[in-house]
Amino acid sequence: MRRFLMKGNDAIGEGAILAGCRHFFGYPITPQSEVAHYLAKRLPEVGGLFMQAESELASINLVFGAACAGARVMTASSSPGVSLMQEGLSFLAGSELPCVLVNIMRGGPGLGNIGPSQGDYFQATRGGGHGDYYTIVLAPNSVQEILDIMKKAFDLSDMYRMPVVVMADGIMGQMMEPVVIDEEKSVEIPPRPWATIGRDYHEDRNEINSLFVVLEEMEEVNLRLLHKYEEIRAKETLCEEYMLNDAEVALVAFGTVSRICRAVVDKAREQGIRAGLIRPITLWPFPYDVISRAAKSAQCLLAVEMNMGQMFEDVEIGAKGRVPVYHYGRLGGMVPLAKDILEELKKVSERGGTGR
Amino acid sequence: MHEEIYIAGIGGQGTLSMGQMLALAATSENKEVSYVPFYGPEKRGGFANCGVTISDHPISSPIISEPSVLVVMNNLSLKNYEDSVIPGGIIILNSSMVDLGVKRSDVRVISIQASEEAEQLGDVRVTNSIILGALIELTGVVSAGAVEQSLEQILPARNLDMIPINLKALERGSELARNYKKAWSNLS
Amino acid sequence: MKKITARPYSLRDVPFHYCPGCMHGIAHRLVAEVIDELGVSGRTIGISSVGCSVFAKHYFNVDMIQAAHGRAPAVATGVKRVLPDRVLFTYQGDGDLAAIGIGDFIHTASRGEKITTIFVNNTVYGMTGGQMAPTTLIGQVTKTTPFGRSVEINGNPIRVCELIAPVEGVAYVERVSLHNPKEIIKAKKAIKRAFEMQLNGIGFSLVEALSACPTNLGLSPLEAIKWMEEKMIPFYPLGVYKSPAGVV
Repeated sequence: MRRFLMKGNDAIGEGAILAGCRHFFGYPITPQSEVAHYLAKRLPEVGGLFMQAESELASINLVFGAACAGARVMTASSSPGVSLMQEGLSFLAGSELPCVLVNIMRGGPGLGNIGPSQGDYFQATRGGGHGDYYTIVLAPNSVQEILDIMKKAFDLSDMYRMPVVVMADGIMGQMMEPVVIDEEKSVEIPPRPWATIGRDYHEDRNEINSLFVVLEEMEEVNLRLLHKYEEIRAKETLCEEYMLNDAEVALVAFGTVSRICRAVVDKAREQGIRAGLIRPITLWPFPYDVISRAAKSAQCLLAVEMNMGQMFEDVEIGAKGRVPVYHYGRLGGMVPLAKDILEELKKVSERGGTGR
Repeated sequence: MHEEIYIAGIGGQGTLSMGQMLALAATSENKEVSYVPFYGPEKRGGFANCGVTISDHPISSPIISEPSVLVVMNNLSLKNYEDSVIPGGIIILNSSMVDLGVKRSDVRVISIQASEEAEQLGDVRVTNSIILGALIELTGVVSAGAVEQSLEQILPARNLDMIPINLKALERGSELARNYKKAWSNLS
Repeated sequence: MKKITARPYSLRDVPFHYCPGCMHGIAHRLVAEVIDELGVSGRTIGISSVGCSVFAKHYFNVDMIQAAHGRAPAVATGVKRVLPDRVLFTYQGDGDLAAIGIGDFIHTASRGEKITTIFVNNTVYGMTGGQMAPTTLIGQVTKTTPFGRSVEINGNPIRVCELIAPVEGVAYVERVSLHNPKEIIKAKKAIKRAFEMQLNGIGFSLVEALSACPTNLGLSPLEAIKWMEEKMIPFYPLGVYKSPAGVV
């Protein structure tokens, strides 16, 4: 066990290596490029391959190919680049291939800016590409958690044979915090009898495919995906609760913002306001049950995000109209400040259950 | 112990490496620490700030909006951040670069002609180490020894010969701060 | 009785869905025969593309992957970079390779990936119902060029072999035609040479096979062959464009 200071972007790379990932294909984009810089140096040291592609389209399809070949493989990008990868993500989902995609979100829409943002929540949690599918979406909020969640991302993607998205922002990527690495831990990568590695290397003949021209066959595939998604909803939802039991106002926030909100909860409590925090760690599946429970005990919920109110809609779904759900967001790459969130919290706590 | 340190200046002044040295030192002392840099899109000469939170307890927010210590390396940063410092907090000015005065009366202010001091030591590049020496002397947030050790990790291999002069600079900053400490304790 | 011909082992025993007079079936068989003759069936992975040839995934008796439109070279590269000792081929039509996928194609070629691309050019989009392809000839009528392809509106047809041959990393480029037995025999030799370039680790190899789409040309299979001889081959000259000896 070693404890040392690490940058979030490096933790993404090192976490992937600790998870047994040996293949990375990607295209530079700020503020993600440091993940690529780290892995470009580090992967060859562990016998892996880093390859810069000519575009995000190529990147995600190189990932597709490597996944077909049975590799633990990943790519990383930032919002505009992730948009370009959505077709590939749909094909990965349709072909039931495991891989990990890291999105270091930036301000948008369009070219936007390189400031921190959570504007890709809808895209990530609603599949993102065309067709009827989901990806698991993980949102770490510390460098240690980034490091650990990469392993989880690869494990989940293998277990359910589907792409897993890890979402963070430029602050998480640039942030440095101490981490503890357990280098003794060994990695077990599950066998891949379905991989297209040549007929000599497995039983029968393998075909990786997302084309099903017979409608009944396509529906069968869709149903298989649906059952998989139901199982994930039941088993894999992750959420952290902080001071929630007696909370009158429950903040809901993920990633960077959840860190700020935790400090806000402490400050509010110092001032006699019973605040609590719900932090979804899996954005899909979303912890609706925790929201639902909070909607029974608290007087109102306040979603705090770096967007116009995207996770807010999931909080509303979870609250089922029992209590008012408010939203506070900063946009355009701006980060909500603790004192402003506290102001907002005081406002909604006065309004409480009396509606907007 | 819980300090929220915000270091503000422009690229090239060593603001980010100052923050990283603090973070490395805190890590080596098994303290909790978060370091977050903020900088403009310019590759050279844009603003370059960082926030470093050091604590005995797990850190909630790594984003500092009300620092207990503000380090200011240029006029604009003083204008922008003077008001954010908590009452009773500390503002450290590199007065070689900052000619504006601090208007607040509820904070402690220390002005160091850090660039001139660095030049006298023989290299203007150790300006940030002079400021850092003062900062750790005033706050005790990490030990001088831990900061000294962090030099090896932060300096690129080609600049390892800069360690002795950086050590001198840290010591000089600390010496200058001790005078302020005495003055402050006489006041209170 | 002596068996003198049989279905190649690398081709599955399922009927083709291709239209009468379509030459995909011929191209499939040639590729399968070459894979058999080189003895690499068990370590070959094929990538089918989008268009009529998407069903190649169903016909080859090797491991097959169906890629997104234009992305077969990237997918093949992904597999090859994980498993360098395997044999990779992409099977792409003119829309997939020369329109939406030309970027992936050029970069894969310039990286000198050890993969083989079989490019079937029939100057028209088949599966979507007869629209203009990047290889549609000037004046050629398609569903989206009802008055004939014009340079002003649609630009010029792309000659893929001529485009890619000078690119470093490319080991072998040949254009063949599938319109008569003599050319089919030549085509098979070209495909074999292309696979050998890969097996010998020399670089990227491409065989462009000219083919007819009678359905979308609105011609009978025989008329389509005549059309190929008169219109297509003069614009797309057959021959070797690059070999290890150099650009021809």
